[in-house]
Amino acid sequence: MNKINRRDFIRVGGGLTLAGSSLLFPTLALANSPRVVIVGGGVGGSTAAKYLRKLNPDVKVTLIEANKNYTSCFMSNEVLSGDRTIDSITFDYEGLKGYGVDIVIDRVTAIEPDKKQVATVESGSFDYDACVVSPGVDFKWEAIEGYNPEVAETIPHAWYAGPQTVTLRKQIESMPEGGKVIIVAPPNPFKCPPGPYERAAQIAMYCKHHKPKAKILILDPKDAFSKQGLFRQGWSKLYGFGTENAMIEWVGAAGGGTVEEIDPSTRTLQAEIEEFTADVINIIPPQKAGKVAFASNLVEGDWCPVNKRTFESSLHPDIYVLGDASSAAKMPKSAYAANSQAKVAAAAIVAKFNGMDPGDPTFVNTCYSILGEEHGISVAAVYTLDEASNTILPIKGAGGLSPMDASAEQRKREVSYAHSWFKNVINDMLG
Amino acid sequence: MRNETMIKKARNLLLALLLALLPIAAQSGPSGQALAFTCAGCHGTDGSSVGPSSPSIAAMDPDVFIDAMDAYKRDQRNSTIMNRIAKGYTDEQIKAMAWFFAKQKLRLHVQKTDQQLVELGKQLHDTHCEKCHEEGGRAGDSGTLAGQWIPYLDFSMQDFIEGRRPYPRKMKRKVDAAIEEQGEQAMPALIHYYGSKH
Repeated sequence: MNKINRRDFIRVGGGLTLAGSSLLFPTLALANSPRVVIVGGGVGGSTAAKYLRKLNPDVKVTLIEANKNYTSCFMSNEVLSGDRTIDSITFDYEGLKGYGVDIVIDRVTAIEPDKKQVATVESGSFDYDACVVSPGVDFKWEAIEGYNPEVAETIPHAWYAGPQTVTLRKQIESMPEGGKVIIVAPPNPFKCPPGPYERAAQIAMYCKHHKPKAKILILDPKDAFSKQGLFRQGWSKLYGFGTENAMIEWVGAAGGGTVEEIDPSTRTLQAEIEEFTADVINIIPPQKAGKVAFASNLVEGDWCPVNKRTFESSLHPDIYVLGDASSAAKMPKSAYAANSQAKVAAAAIVAKFNGMDPGDPTFVNTCYSILGEEHGISVAAVYTLDEASNTILPIKGAGGLSPMDASAEQRKREVSYAHSWFKNVINDMLG
Repeated sequence: MRNETMIKKARNLLLALLLALLPIAAQSGPSGQALAFTCAGCHGTDGSSVGPSSPSIAAMDPDVFIDAMDAYKRDQRNSTIMNRIAKGYTDEQIKAMAWFFAKQKLRLHVQKTDQQLVELGKQLHDTHCEKCHEEGGRAGDSGTLAGQWIPYLDFSMQDFIEGRRPYPRKMKRKVDAAIEEQGEQAMPALIHYYGSKH
């Protein structure tokens, strides 16, 4: 006969765990509600906030975010084609309040692991028992000479959705017929690996109808990119890629695609081999972990190392780093990855508060790209933790790309599922 | 039929109880809850999708869930992405997810439907479908139709009719009869009828 100890009993229940734990230890919960402070209201932070409250309503959760509204980067390329408005990807935090999350709109200056406090500009300091940091990425402005935050107002990166997305859309709309757009893609690793290539397709989708002689050139410091075969196939089918009349062209590292410098006054890019000019330039700079991560000494190199069973920082206990800023190999820096990591971290935090070990983690990534009105492609993976190498490995035989030979009907369905992905991710993090 | 459902429900309840009392030994690896949480980005929090086309899987009959995942795993059922994802899970893990979703409440949303089609669909449903898809297609051992997202119902019927998904012989007979009766309107009518439920 197997003995059931308290820990096992709680774990067995699965869905019953939550109710069970608060029923079993009501005094503990009431006397000393554990506090979690979340820094950053993107996918990682918002999902963690909601799931912490869902997993244990006794946990007091405060989410600190600099912006009053959240504008999703995912689906923001569709704003460039005119397929949707910036308003349609902008959301408030009311839904999270409904889960009992305290929302504080302020900037975090630093996290102090010794005092277990998060300091803000205007709202004072917040004590925490566990802190979740999901600051996203920051740009390495120094990497391209002549590019800086001020220049980015007119030569946008639009790699955070918002005013710059709208600026880029307006520039594309007002460029002359036969105009030229250049997208400068970043080196690995960066957030949303297929993003620059979907962006080219979305801009082409608009131009095909309104400026059919326009050209979109991608200058890339890499020789390969995410979903490359599928992108090339889709670009060929929809935008003549590889032909004389190609609307989309791509120059990789070997062809001199690495951009070193920009002269904003003449919109001239100095690449490795030659110069390029264009009517509209979009520079997506190289990336590193968000500012707060650096200010709080959570970074090693460019990214934040974590224990991948829990996403607790390897550098400071009780601080959990999620999403793009974390070093989560081999998961990509994607919204779905951040959403998946947030649930693992939330469960680990709740388990720790209950004096339990974290369970075995499980992760999924799914990522869609929309190349045309009826042309969607995707990549997916199911991941498991390889504890020995502290690596999150895709399960062999599962996941992978949309098939190259998919029918038009399947490509069309992927657009519909991409939109479902968008609505459900947003709802899962904020609603 | 109703009796069979009752027996199945009782059996499921017993199984769930047994499962809850089992010792932890068999439970290495991620919990059913942890596995199920990863589905939410497409199928909605706890399996209630907010649309427009990913199906809701909350309150799904566990056998239906297991059969579906199994079919995706073996590439026997057409999908865009699910066949790639299903292959990442063991049979035990699929079972654990099935039980998690079976216990979730299905939250439905109002969808835009054509009232005339809905009424015609109701007639067709009552005549041809209610025997297996009981209570207007509510979640049961023949799947969930009531309140399911309309594009998904449409994709599913296309796949059945065009041979991309194993088509139960009895269902084919009934669908053929409905099409015989109402022609091209039959499928949209049924789909609008199920989509109208919330």
